[in-house]
Amino acid sequence: MKTKALKFLRYATMLVFVLTVIRQITGASDLTSVGTASAALLLSVPIVLAGLGGLFSERSGVVNIGLEGMMVMGAWAGGMIGTKHGPWIGLIAAIIFGAVGALVHAIATITFGVDHVVSGVAINIIAMGLVRYLSTILYKSGAWQGPSQSPDVNSIGTNSLPILSGGQYFGWKSPDLLGSLAEKHWFFISDIAAILRGITGDLSYVTVIAMAMVPLSLFVLWKTAFGLRLRSAGEAPIAAESLGVNVYAMKYAGVLISGALAGLGGGFLAIVAANHYQENQVAGRGYIGLAALLFGNYRPGGILMGAGLFGFADALQLRDSASVHALILLIVVVLLALVVRDVRKGKIIKAGATFIFAGLSLWYFLAVKELPGQLVTMTPYIATLLIMSLASQRLRMPAADGIPYRRGGLR
Amino acid sequence: MKKLKLSTVLLALAAPLAAAVVSIIISSVAVLASKKSPFDAYKTMWDFGTTSGSLMQVLNTATPYYIAAVAIAITFRAGLFNIGVEGQLRLGAIFGAYFGAKFILPPVLHVIAIMVIAMTIGGLWAAIAGYLKVKRGVSEVISTIMLNSLAGGLSSYLLANYFVDRTTDSNNMSTKTLPKSGQFPNLMPLLNKFGVADQPGGGVYGMLVFAIALGFVFWFVINRTRFGFELRASGSNPIAARFSGVNSRRMTFVAMALSGAVAGLAGLPAVLGDTHAFNMGFRTGIGFSAIAVALLGRNNPVGMGLSALLFGFLEVSSRSLELIDIAPETYVIMQGSILLSSVIAYEVVRRYKITLQSKELAKAVVA
Repeated sequence: MKTKALKFLRYATMLVFVLTVIRQITGASDLTSVGTASAALLLSVPIVLAGLGGLFSERSGVVNIGLEGMMVMGAWAGGMIGTKHGPWIGLIAAIIFGAVGALVHAIATITFGVDHVVSGVAINIIAMGLVRYLSTILYKSGAWQGPSQSPDVNSIGTNSLPILSGGQYFGWKSPDLLGSLAEKHWFFISDIAAILRGITGDLSYVTVIAMAMVPLSLFVLWKTAFGLRLRSAGEAPIAAESLGVNVYAMKYAGVLISGALAGLGGGFLAIVAANHYQENQVAGRGYIGLAALLFGNYRPGGILMGAGLFGFADALQLRDSASVHALILLIVVVLLALVVRDVRKGKIIKAGATFIFAGLSLWYFLAVKELPGQLVTMTPYIATLLIMSLASQRLRMPAADGIPYRRGGLR
Repeated sequence: MKKLKLSTVLLALAAPLAAAVVSIIISSVAVLASKKSPFDAYKTMWDFGTTSGSLMQVLNTATPYYIAAVAIAITFRAGLFNIGVEGQLRLGAIFGAYFGAKFILPPVLHVIAIMVIAMTIGGLWAAIAGYLKVKRGVSEVISTIMLNSLAGGLSSYLLANYFVDRTTDSNNMSTKTLPKSGQFPNLMPLLNKFGVADQPGGGVYGMLVFAIALGFVFWFVINRTRFGFELRASGSNPIAARFSGVNSRRMTFVAMALSGAVAGLAGLPAVLGDTHAFNMGFRTGIGFSAIAVALLGRNNPVGMGLSALLFGFLEVSSRSLELIDIAPETYVIMQGSILLSSVIAYEVVRRYKITLQSKELAKAVVA
């Protein structure tokens, strides 16, 4: 475990270093700014929650494509209830609505044995339709200004880490070490400080709660009897049943927790990341969460890393297009690293192909001064595709994941 | 023997009937929730939906659904799931419309050429997902969804910067209008000969005929050719397929690309038959509704045709709900509940059939 953490730190430092160099070359100062890091964290949270949702569901053996729909339900409920009863109640409503969506998925897949992907896609279609229908009714009744947007929700407070990032505790304003370090413009050191300041400062309380879900999931799934039973339902349900585990109950629990987490993710989008619900707010983040789950090889730590990458791409896209332009240079660097790896392994043809790709990317980087807006918004999706295709696909998915289970081994 | 036949017929009917009942209950509850009478709603929908003008619109709505559903069914039969139809048809439509307006060909050939362009683009776009699946092991569900988002951004980028026709000044950005030879003739003149009167805003896309033909070709290729057999084999049991000499990885790629090619056509009924150009008003969501149509129709050409018509009918007829002050979006609830309850009902019936068979087998063994 310790070596893993060290390895992660080493890779993270390398990534920041490369980003710093690219920032120095291109002058895209937002690449490693406090604001970008903070936005990246904010945008990672829904993806982390969706990914953890997928984790609970798939560890219990139920594929959950319906995460997207559950997030949509959560976002809508967050906006609808949040405007009336305040943000915290709104978040609770989001959790409940996500779990209701999950209940439908659970009934269809576990009790009736419907194909998991089919049921999940059906739930996504239904959730989007249901939300549109309900919004229209609210709009017609005069409660909402428009059929695609809820009124504003009061915001939830933020705080920062004490001493390091200038948090305020009981009226005492602590110093902001990282913040002042970030403003020194020392090569690399200030960049690291800025990123740390971004992810430890001005945190919404919900962000803290959501991030606490990562170690909590790790604990629940790997250190408790409940977690063992839940995972056994996803690995070998027949064997688990023979040892007295109630497989149906475990699968139901997994899917319901999954929906609750996804719903919270949706509510986060509506209440914390924005201050109202908006149609298409979720915009595929449920699927990106699934991608993070696969990238993270069905482990909470991996999900966090994947979500961080996607959140970073998303943040750059939202903040300014110059950084996305600079990001192409990062792709060139990654591709060149792959070329070196392939040459070392003796795969000359593959290395050549990758080299040509890298050259084309570099040419595009030099030829285009600024990326057009429509292409910049595509960044998170391109990043997802790229990361998914570059990441090693030697996944260890739960052995009985996606296979409908029926007690007694019937089909 | 006769009794058994009756029970199979009843069982075949049981699933759709149960699904219909459940979905009517759910949609009635939805209508009741807005404090309106469901009976009024259904009656208004039926009265409006069965006028001949509405029925023409139903056909026009169902045609792209059907084509897209066939595309999805191809991947279903190969054990895959192409959720990217929405993006494939969008790109197919915009490239078809743009390049179609660039040249002049004799009437029939021109339409065929546009179709070939749309199929090529749709197929290539889907082939990305196929390649990633086969070579990199990326789940096609995730990659096609990402490609959908990319196609949306790419098409609006291309339209705004390269494909837009600057000679007309209108707020609705559009590609150049297709020449007469590149337009698919409407069925209306033909219908007039059969005594059907013109309707305001009426007319039936000529692509309807093409869609029906496509359904037949789909049935024939999947069920009656070696290619179709290999496709189904690699879908239902890839390992067994490999041992009998089917290259299931190749089939995966081919199925994905083929599905994309067919999906590329699904945007054309409106482009070739109505707007004669790709503009900002291009309908979104065809690809997602088509998933529901394919699931509801169980990948069967006739079943998908019926469910495409049902979806089209619900969509068109629900517009009348505005008259009695009910949100027309009610149709989404109806479509969704039909979809989910039918998927569940099919599964329940399948399980019941198995139980029945094993009971009969037990009886036969004892006797």
